[in-house]
Amino acid sequence: MKSLAELAEIREKNRSKVILPDGSKNLRVVVGMATCGIAAGATPVLNTLVEGVKAEGIADKVAVLQTGCVGVCQYEPVVEVYEAGKDRVTYVRMTAEKAERVLKEHLVGGKVVEEYLITTAQKA
Amino acid sequence: MAKTSLYDTTFCKTQQRLALRNCGVIDPENIDEYIAMDGYRALGKVLTEMTPDQVIDTILASGLRGRGGAGFPTGMKWKFASGNRGNVQKYVCCNADEGDPGAFMDRSVLEGDPHAVVEAMAIAGYAIGADQGYIYVRAEYPIAVKRLEIAIDQAKKYGLLGKDIFGTGFNFDLSIRLGAGAFVCGEETALMTSIEGKRGEPRPRPPFPAVKGLFEKPTILNNVETYANIPQIILNGAEWFSSIGTEKSKGTKVFALGGKITNTGLVEVPMGTSLRHIIEDIGGGIPNGKKFKAAQTGGPSGGCIPAEHLDTPIDYDNLLAIGSMMGSGGLIVMDEDNCMVDIARFFLDFTVDESCGKCTPCRVGTKRLLEILDKIISGNGEMEDLDKLEELANYIKSASLCGLGQTAPNPVLSTLRYFRDEYIAHIVDKKCPAGVCKKLIRYEIDPEKCIGCGMCAKKCPASTIQKTDYTAPGHKLPSMKIEQANCVKCGACMDTCKFGAISKH
Ligand SMILES: Cc1cc2nc3c(=O)[nH]c(=O)nc-3n(C[C@H](O)[C@H](O)[C@H](O)COP(=O)(O)O)c2cc1C
Ligand code: SF4
Ligand code: SF4
Ligand code: SF4
Repeated sequence: MKSLAELAEIREKNRSKVILPDGSKNLRVVVGMATCGIAAGATPVLNTLVEGVKAEGIADKVAVLQTGCVGVCQYEPVVEVYEAGKDRVTYVRMTAEKAERVLKEHLVGGKVVEEYLITTAQKA
Repeated sequence: MAKTSLYDTTFCKTQQRLALRNCGVIDPENIDEYIAMDGYRALGKVLTEMTPDQVIDTILASGLRGRGGAGFPTGMKWKFASGNRGNVQKYVCCNADEGDPGAFMDRSVLEGDPHAVVEAMAIAGYAIGADQGYIYVRAEYPIAVKRLEIAIDQAKKYGLLGKDIFGTGFNFDLSIRLGAGAFVCGEETALMTSIEGKRGEPRPRPPFPAVKGLFEKPTILNNVETYANIPQIILNGAEWFSSIGTEKSKGTKVFALGGKITNTGLVEVPMGTSLRHIIEDIGGGIPNGKKFKAAQTGGPSGGCIPAEHLDTPIDYDNLLAIGSMMGSGGLIVMDEDNCMVDIARFFLDFTVDESCGKCTPCRVGTKRLLEILDKIISGNGEMEDLDKLEELANYIKSASLCGLGQTAPNPVLSTLRYFRDEYIAHIVDKKCPAGVCKKLIRYEIDPEKCIGCGMCAKKCPASTIQKTDYTAPGHKLPSMKIEQANCVKCGACMDTCKFGAISKH
């Protein structure tokens, strides 16, 4: 990298992928893939979402990524969905089957799966 | 609308994420995501707008102190190593050895935001005049190592490491060194000897690493979490950082919250937050309606904090004043079922194993401490043993060569200070009040409650539960009895009995 301008350019190009701008129709889905998440079974969850998004033909609108640890050990595997203008959605204790349902109902259908929310898990 | 997010839970509401800001947010294997979150802008800023001395002054003014244990002011450390820039080879090192049992703060930073450490080390290199850095990571952290390797590779491809960074003529390179996981290798001089390819043993200081460190060259060593704070201090300014925290401890601290607590996990709070807030509000309190007994901080070098200090604002100095220390951030909660003598023994057993053996006070002294604790735990303790423990502990603290020995007695001293009555119960009453120390507890069957079903005898691994010839009024079968001599105190019988006939004393 030879200049700050180059860095600024990369920042601008990628900023809207990480922080979805107002009005964006895209979704950003992150799966906690630190040691804790992987040990709890996050890998099949991530794979299900990555494959599922392709199979549903929504890969250009829904980015599925791995991320580090959000800090809630006993709720791993954790999946979070970001959408512009909405509260971020935290799904906990995920499995490949649960990911399948989140894919169909939330990522495709636009409806949050209340059952798997962290706020639901904490009430139980 | 229903609350949906992690951030609607009490676990997160009062946390303040600085060191962990990108963890769980960005893809750690994609440098573009780090750059999107202002990554490498701090490096760009120092190289193009600041002199090395201005960088050091900023870190000094921020009040940042080392997050790896002792809390030494980071800016001061950099200043000591900053002389004679450009004329001597110097090194920048990162301590990612994380040896405390149960700690995983640094692992989480490396796995979730490795570029923050890479960027900060380059900034440190510019500040002191070093062109080479080493990250010392334990080999048991394969995912952290892999993500660091990817991060370094990507930074090199973008020219954010290597030669002539941002066209300023500044060169900086990074390498990873794997540690075999010996606790003592986290000590700064041992870590450097280990990077040199020799056996990781501490050496006396002075000379301090700032003068003679790695390969005998001026070197700075900082902890992972310390580095993770640097880029933001550069971007947001010293004043911003020093507005968070207490008078002498600035910023936030990450804790690995574990033990008898509802929400285990990684928490980051401003310095000065009370233990009560971390345990009761963020941690959700102690499960199963049990009572809080103590919080252990600082791992094998730290101490146990009793309920009377729950409202102390946690910072470096307050923790020292109450007989513990910040350490790297392990925070283990204990309830009424934990025996404090047993806890002291657990940590001492760890240090006896991990002592490198180079100096006698530590090698022999910690073993003697452990022997005395074992004597107390098995019911053979005498009151004089308490004085002996204290005397020996203070001698080890003052005479050991490195921090391992100098802090090893802390778990014993702090439990003696706050839980002396538990030691006395073991010695005088020959009882373990928490019912943990096996030699001091017995399981007994109440003949009036026992219906003689024999379920306990089936489960007993020692086959030491026998039929008696007494049948209680109203029962059809004779009651059972535990022959104490062979009992291994496993508790299986008590868990099995559906009639509440077995109790622990
Ligand atoms: C026995 C022993 C083990 C240590 N282990 C670690 C460790 O695992 N990680 C760490 O950062 N510091 C550890 N330290 C502290 C380091 O010696 C050193 O003070 C620290 O890495 C400096 O970085 P800081 O100023 O950023 O905290 C250990 C110290 C001792 C005496
Ligand atoms: S204090 Fe212990 S660990 Fe440190 S040098 Fe001496 S024997 Fe080795
Ligand atoms: S505690 Fe274990 S060994 Fe002892 S009597 Fe009960 S089951 Fe048998
Ligand atoms: S399980 Fe309980 S009731 Fe049955 S024999 Fe054992 S002590 Fe008696």
